[in-house]
Amino acid sequence: MTTAVVEERHSYLDAPYGVAAWLLTKDHKRIAMLYLISITVFFAVGGLFATGVRIELLTPKGDMMSADTYNKLFTLHGVVMIFFFLIPSIPATLGNFLIPIMCGAKDLAFPRINLLSWYLYIIGGLLAVGVIAGGGLDTGWTFYTPYSTSSSNTNVSLAGLAAFIAGFSSILTGFNFIVTIHRMRAPGLTWFRLPLFVWAHYATSLVMILGTPVIAITLTLMIAERTLGLAVFDPRIGGDPVLFQHLFWFYSHPAVYIMILPGMGVVSELVAAVSRKSIFGYGFVAFSSLAIAILGFLVWGHHLFVSSQSIYAGFVFSIITMLVAVPSAVKTFNWAATMYKGSVTWESPTYWVIGFMGLFLIGGLTGLFLATMGLDIHLTDTYFVVAHFHYIMVGGAIMGFLGGLHFWWPKMTGKMYPEAMGKASAILVFVGFNFTFFPQFVLGYMGMPRRYYAYPEEWQVLNVMSTLGASVLGIGYMLTFLYLVWSLFKGKVAPANPWGATGLEWETSSPPPTFNFDHDPVVNGPAYDYKPARGVHVGR
Amino acid sequence: MADSHPSTALGAGAAAHPKLQHHFYNMDQQLEASILGMWIFLVTEIMFFGGLFMAYIVYRTAYPDGWASSSQLLNVYLGGANTLVLICSSVTMALAVRSAQVGSRRGQIVNLMLTMLFGTTFLVVKYFEYAEKFHHGLVPGALWNPQHELADGTLVALALPSGSQIFFSLYFIMTGIHALHMVVGLALMAIILWMAWKGRFSPQYYGPIEVSGLYWHFVDIVWIFLFPLLYLLGFHLGQGH
Amino acid sequence: MSSAHITPVRTYVAVFGALFVLTIVTAVVAYFDLKFMNTFVALTIACTKATLVVWYFMGVRYNTPLTKVVVVAGFFWLLILFGLGMSDYLTRPWLGVPGR
Repeated sequence: MTTAVVEERHSYLDAPYGVAAWLLTKDHKRIAMLYLISITVFFAVGGLFATGVRIELLTPKGDMMSADTYNKLFTLHGVVMIFFFLIPSIPATLGNFLIPIMCGAKDLAFPRINLLSWYLYIIGGLLAVGVIAGGGLDTGWTFYTPYSTSSSNTNVSLAGLAAFIAGFSSILTGFNFIVTIHRMRAPGLTWFRLPLFVWAHYATSLVMILGTPVIAITLTLMIAERTLGLAVFDPRIGGDPVLFQHLFWFYSHPAVYIMILPGMGVVSELVAAVSRKSIFGYGFVAFSSLAIAILGFLVWGHHLFVSSQSIYAGFVFSIITMLVAVPSAVKTFNWAATMYKGSVTWESPTYWVIGFMGLFLIGGLTGLFLATMGLDIHLTDTYFVVAHFHYIMVGGAIMGFLGGLHFWWPKMTGKMYPEAMGKASAILVFVGFNFTFFPQFVLGYMGMPRRYYAYPEEWQVLNVMSTLGASVLGIGYMLTFLYLVWSLFKGKVAPANPWGATGLEWETSSPPPTFNFDHDPVVNGPAYDYKPARGVHVGR
Repeated sequence: MADSHPSTALGAGAAAHPKLQHHFYNMDQQLEASILGMWIFLVTEIMFFGGLFMAYIVYRTAYPDGWASSSQLLNVYLGGANTLVLICSSVTMALAVRSAQVGSRRGQIVNLMLTMLFGTTFLVVKYFEYAEKFHHGLVPGALWNPQHELADGTLVALALPSGSQIFFSLYFIMTGIHALHMVVGLALMAIILWMAWKGRFSPQYYGPIEVSGLYWHFVDIVWIFLFPLLYLLGFHLGQGH
Repeated sequence: MSSAHITPVRTYVAVFGALFVLTIVTAVVAYFDLKFMNTFVALTIACTKATLVVWYFMGVRYNTPLTKVVVVAGFFWLLILFGLGMSDYLTRPWLGVPGR
């Protein structure tokens, strides 16, 4: 490419100018950046709680803090990370930024509702800060009754309200995506020409719409029971606490698909770009996103295997849980097949994506262990479960988020980050992550329960390894934060298409103008239209 | 996909309608998007109330006698009247939207006001129903003290089978949340009424009144299910008081 | 907007009449003890009323196929919650454990 002449150009970042112009914006790209800043803050808060947990677990006895404090630390770690970081992360940042552009549209269908969703997120977040400042929460992020409704002395209702509002924020994001993808695609952009990132977010949005309201009503019932005495789960008047679990997990299981599907969408994009090849089996990958979203609603009972749920219902949930692994496996095979005989370059996004694939594989496979009812009886509520979901949510979703953040950073900010740092932090995160969580599989297998602050002496080595790994992981995240922020001030100016990737987003400037395109895009070809170099055959 | 990709043309010689938002090609696309969007929101409402109906199914199955006896204590005539009131409000709402579609400002205003009148009537009746429950100690929690009112007005204790307190919890929560939705609906209608008064709607632009109507009808549909499920459950056992 | 369908007033009145009548019917039927048929009739009538409101008052009859799919999907999703959820409650007694 010819040297870029740095001219005075106006992008969405500086036009119009001023704080009010940002806080009252209707531009999906600005809203994405507002979200990016907010979720980073909550990630740090959630990380601090995790630090507290891991420091206590350095020693076998509960000696650094009281059990009550420990309960609050792991509870708040979960609540903050799930509701205020993971659920919004990719959709509200990368999704908000890219979906309209990838559809060739000027904005999402409902820009003001998009802004409303951010404000609701902030309100929910402030309430969460209120919970933290007001003495915390100790029910576990799962809020199980009857403890949450009858016994806990912490800010249960406020926390429930915070999660309710954050959930409503995610509903508004999801419904915006669905309408945009259905009704605002550019001429020529048929469904099967859409990037897989869009398919993934469409599936995620379906889950947001259909699942989130159920946790909203569940939290409402919990708050009503706790504050108004309108009891529905109380066994003393004939209620069933397990009904709470059914209603809670009806959302919370699909919620984990809200957290991973967008990451899978990111991986599809990155794999195609770094392999310079169309995704193998595009149709299968697209439909697998939908299959995961739909099947994900049919498996919630696997969280209730030991709750006194009927074992006959357990059989059904167990079998369907095995089935839901299939579409995820389809994706993993297809990504690998894409890279095979692709023209793979080892750029920083490649590192993040390979990290995702390896860690997601382990996380997904260990899910099958837990889906097997007989085995789950021994593994449930142990560190095996903790390791399983962290492999998916941190090894998978967060690596996917960071990989996507790196890949689209030049587009969103107009700056390049130092490539060597991008690779270094990916490696640090990968290594630190494995040292943190692999020992937890072993601990769980040996029987160490989750949510306990003390454990038998013989498990200390593994716990210390886990905490050391967490330190490395934390350093990796902090390094990423530092050089990304550094790049905003000192990074090289980014060209329109630094990775040489295909996609509508790379056809506009870095960063894009407020209305995304200088011309109205028309799409004529498939999504990943990589031309083979020098006549070399690179696949279908 | 063969489903209509909205034409990107505004129409020969047409200037953009002042209400056309910048990211839509034309008013048709904008209206379609709004209707689709409101329906997706209503799907979330279906699932929101759905959780309550799930609890209803579980406990009614578990306590059929307690629930039938408790349901007897609800006033079928007030509940039935309220059902008819909401149906009337739905018809006037539909007529209000139709008035906008044919450009009748008067029709919009009259029908919207009638809709709001019916909605308010519903809430007033609800208030009297709730007051009666409090009077008879049928409020779960600290105030739970079921009583039966004799002909001369004195109250005597009433023994209810198990599951009754849960019935009344769900009664209050389900009708209460429904009533909250009605209040929001009335606020929406007030805004729409103001817009109609100002002559904002026309056959080319009536999106807001249409989607507000969708919300209103939905709230009516919830009540269509609540009435038989809560009030008629024990009707064949007589009306107890 | 030229492509909108404008429902005639008499359609609305007819639907209103039907809803009115069905409400009376559901209350009258509930007055009699028909055992399990009470619930079945009540739900059938409620579903019919809801369908009339959705189809005519909300205008879904004249909406796009996509909107129709959204409506159906919403109600269908509830069945998943009810069905799989009740699969637990209804099969708990099968274990033959005393007291359960």
